[in-house]
Amino acid sequence: MEFTDEQIHRYSRHIILPEVGGKGQKKILQARVLIVGAGGLGCPVGYYLAAAGVGTIGIVDNDTIELSNLQRQIAHNTERLGMPKADSAKMTFEALNPDVTVHAIKERLNKDMIMDLIKDYDIVVDGSDNFPTRYLVNDACVMAGKPLVSGAILRFEGQVTTIIPGEGHCYRCLFEEPPPPGLVPSCQEAGVLGALCGVIGSLQAMEVLKLILGKGQPLKNQLLMYNAFESSFRKVKVPRNPDCPVCSDNPRITELQDYEAEYCQMRF
Amino acid sequence: MEEIKPDKSINIKGLICPYTFVKSKLAIEEMEVGQVLEIILDYPEASRSIPKSMEDHGHKVLKVEKINDTDWVILVRKERE
Repeated sequence: MEFTDEQIHRYSRHIILPEVGGKGQKKILQARVLIVGAGGLGCPVGYYLAAAGVGTIGIVDNDTIELSNLQRQIAHNTERLGMPKADSAKMTFEALNPDVTVHAIKERLNKDMIMDLIKDYDIVVDGSDNFPTRYLVNDACVMAGKPLVSGAILRFEGQVTTIIPGEGHCYRCLFEEPPPPGLVPSCQEAGVLGALCGVIGSLQAMEVLKLILGKGQPLKNQLLMYNAFESSFRKVKVPRNPDCPVCSDNPRITELQDYEAEYCQMRF
Repeated sequence: MEEIKPDKSINIKGLICPYTFVKSKLAIEEMEVGQVLEIILDYPEASRSIPKSMEDHGHKVLKVEKINDTDWVILVRKERE
């Protein structure tokens, strides 16, 4: 493909980077990224990936926009209250960059459709707000061998990690099973300062771009933790668990399962 | 001095920074290592910044010459992918 004059202008700040160049920008334009969740994290991730020119973005979310979302979910707006978040995200991202095709998937991920969905994408981003989805996405990506950039936020803290199946750790190497419902913060405890979503979502977008470009050191076998209150970052090593129930050589989990969503349905 | 024959020539007159460099970089990316790119330009700042950026990217600047009242010609040999 040849760049149009408009593309040369749009992506000039990428192209002049030695690590990107025209070749890297073409990789970005040809990339296909699936984002799970069009909420606090999915919005900034999708926004930056669309701006970067990721050619195909899938965004999965079965929720509609509520007023309480708008304090942090920056792809939506007040006029779109009640609209499906996936549709709103598609409108916002495609308006930002006509080079981008966004597929809005207005379903809740489940074990029967996730493998078929992720097979069309190169990289998966988890910005979901619940543990059943988080574990389902992890297990599906491990089984399909898809790189997964996982992010999570709560109150003033966030985490990012990049899972490269077969090469590094997976989410279950970190936390083998979902926590019992009683240990998950209740709705009243689960506030978040909105800008934290921008920090963590931008870190996730950066991980995705590095994977597309094949440059830099992604957070493989590492968990990056950010504390907004203390203004501190901490990176911890996460070795691959040789007895991991899903990504070890002899996994116990060989079929996907849908965990019961018996947690308080707080919406990130 | 022996005349260097460019393998490719681009005319970027009328362009200003950073598009002068963006166009030059895209051109050299398409070439083989060892080939020489000729760049004709009229933006004074770029006559200094393009050679510097090309060197920063690992290429060899063979010539920077003002050829008339408004234009420069720069020759760059591609040294690496």
